Amino acid sequence: MSETRTVPKPSAGWGKNLLGWIDERFPLTKLWKSQVSEYYAPINFNFWYFFGSLALLVLVNQIVTGIFLAMSYQPNTHLAFGSIQYIMRDVHWGWLLRYMHTTGASLFFVVIYLHMFRGLLYGSYKKPRELLWILGMLIYVCLMAEAFMGYLMPWGQMSYWGAVVITSLFGAIPWIGSHLVIWIRGDFGVSGATLNRFFALHVVAIPLMLVFLVVCHLMALHEVGSNNPDGIEIHENLDENGKPVDGVPFHPYYTVKDLFGVGIFLIIFAIIVFYAPTLKGIFIDPINYKPANFLQTPPDIHPLWYFTPYYAILRSFPNKLFGVTTFMLAIVVLFFLPWIDRHPIKSVRYRAPFYRILLLAFAATFLFLGYIGMQPATLFWQKVGLRMAEIYFLFFVTAWTYARSPSKLRLLVTFALSLAVILWIDWRFYLPSIAALIWWTLLIPLCYLILFYLVPLLWPGGMRDRTVPTRVTLR
Amino acid sequence: MKTPIRISLAALGVLLGFALGTPRSEAVKLTGYRLEQAPINLTDTASLQRGARTFVNYCMGCHTLQYQRWSQLGHRLHLNHQALRELMFLQTKPTEMMTNAMPALKAIRWFGAAPPDLSVIVDQKGSSWVYTYLQSFYIDPHRPSGVNNAVFYRVAMPDPFWKTQGMQKIVYRRVRPDGYLVNQFVKFTPITRGTLSPRAFRRQVGNLTNFLAMVSHPDELKRIHLGIWVIAFCVVFTILAYALKREFWKDVHRKHPHEQ
Repeated sequence: MSETRTVPKPSAGWGKNLLGWIDERFPLTKLWKSQVSEYYAPINFNFWYFFGSLALLVLVNQIVTGIFLAMSYQPNTHLAFGSIQYIMRDVHWGWLLRYMHTTGASLFFVVIYLHMFRGLLYGSYKKPRELLWILGMLIYVCLMAEAFMGYLMPWGQMSYWGAVVITSLFGAIPWIGSHLVIWIRGDFGVSGATLNRFFALHVVAIPLMLVFLVVCHLMALHEVGSNNPDGIEIHENLDENGKPVDGVPFHPYYTVKDLFGVGIFLIIFAIIVFYAPTLKGIFIDPINYKPANFLQTPPDIHPLWYFTPYYAILRSFPNKLFGVTTFMLAIVVLFFLPWIDRHPIKSVRYRAPFYRILLLAFAATFLFLGYIGMQPATLFWQKVGLRMAEIYFLFFVTAWTYARSPSKLRLLVTFALSLAVILWIDWRFYLPSIAALIWWTLLIPLCYLILFYLVPLLWPGGMRDRTVPTRVTLR
Repeated sequence: MKTPIRISLAALGVLLGFALGTPRSEAVKLTGYRLEQAPINLTDTASLQRGARTFVNYCMGCHTLQYQRWSQLGHRLHLNHQALRELMFLQTKPTEMMTNAMPALKAIRWFGAAPPDLSVIVDQKGSSWVYTYLQSFYIDPHRPSGVNNAVFYRVAMPDPFWKTQGMQKIVYRRVRPDGYLVNQFVKFTPITRGTLSPRAFRRQVGNLTNFLAMVSHPDELKRIHLGIWVIAFCVVFTILAYALKREFWKDVHRKHPHEQ
């Protein structure tokens, strides 16, 4: 590094001169080298490793389009709805800015969910990357707050009633609940005060936090190094120069590779923005084209698709406090994943067949919960939602059990305890009128428990891990 | 604490319902009526122009297009100044929005509900909904306006097309699937002849729906045309990026032959 600090010779080009001038005052070259051109990443990144850089791209997209939208948007209950139409019609390229912002919001969650699932697949949350995972989870929670508050901005029917429902959840907290709701809304109902504060939080406070957390996330990543599909630490195998044998500098190898990922992403992004900006009501709800009316509740209130898995969990209980607690727990439990799954093997490639099925089942559960959250809140969907919520939490119980290479007794005890909890919930919320529905949907968690706790007793081979290679593998 | 208030409110609602005297045997909803695909073609300028004329003549007395500018309409529909002037008989400036003179508060007193602004009605309800709704008014003496609608049951709006379509009667079956009375749609039978033939009337409503679809997202054509170029650029970019990636990664694969 000391070479870069010497004063450049007069014969050097003006670019070098400038760089030297900067480097003496700011560690530009040093940062570039340590963070990009000499940051060694494993050579075996696959499809799942595109989503980190794509998340950064979408964040930039949201900030840039958001800046221009904020120039024409009016955070005022009388003007908000119309100002969106003004952007769509009178602002030059306003329709493009808005569709890029709405599509970007949804694709942000697509990218983040895939990014998180990558973490699950390859155990990227395990030691020494626990803090990296927690920082990522904080980003996810911020993103949820950002999306929720942003959704109030158009001041349409679903914006308004969605905000009413979600803010009212705080009212379930005993004692302080009702005061807290008024404090959050700034009024006795969702009103102009709420719109104004949500606007301030949406465009200033939370984006600042997001950017700060993203920087922290990257710093933590570059401190511990990237994981990879084999779950092997490349820094344990260095060549004579002290560089990882199975690593390549992030730049140019991964910058050009990510550029390809960006291209594919942009094609999908453009297809949606130009040809299906509402994506059949999934990205922009048609009911939101009706201005907010606090005297008229829409027949069915539901959030946009990225919150529906949690929404399904929330409304699967007939008791508000119970529902809210479970819904919060569904997010909080993810923070503790590094300590829930402490199995020494990181990558799913070398974990036992049962763990691989477990992970697939978890992904399917999450998707199905998302589907349930979009359905009208009938008793049927409520009960099926409850069953899927139970399976959602059983994933963590099972991952915790599997991480400790369980004995037969341990499997049986966990099976019995889990079943007891499920039956207790059924007893607690039992309604004679839907007894049949309760009993047959009980098959869902029961089959799940049998598959992951009793079948391993019959087929112990399914619980055996594979040997992890010493070097990363290229496929 | 809250429950007694709720109960008394509910009771008050029920009493009010009786007091206002909804007919005893009126069903709560109509089922079995299906939406029809609307003939949307945003490139058909003639259809859009006819739709605009129908809108101004039949709808604009009550409904506004408060986010649509007259001048932009003229530009989009290729109308010259003279033709645009023909359409706007209230406004003085083409830069103004397509609003009307109906006072909202009085409208609520007249109809029971203010006629909604229709700028984004197709985005909100869908073009098929609008297209079918406009053809589905039928005689119903229980309603204050004398008509009901098979798509929007118990709508407050009177039938604007009773002359061109002619009046029609509904035939339905009364069923109780969940214990409450529901009218199941069977068919419409015409009572009077319209001034337009059934085909011409459908065309009139089709043009109007097409026009409203255009007003809901006036930049859609531009978007569709531009999209091809943007996607083409992205595809070329992706191909180049892939070629670049392959070139750079050649030496990585050369350095790690043992893994292949």
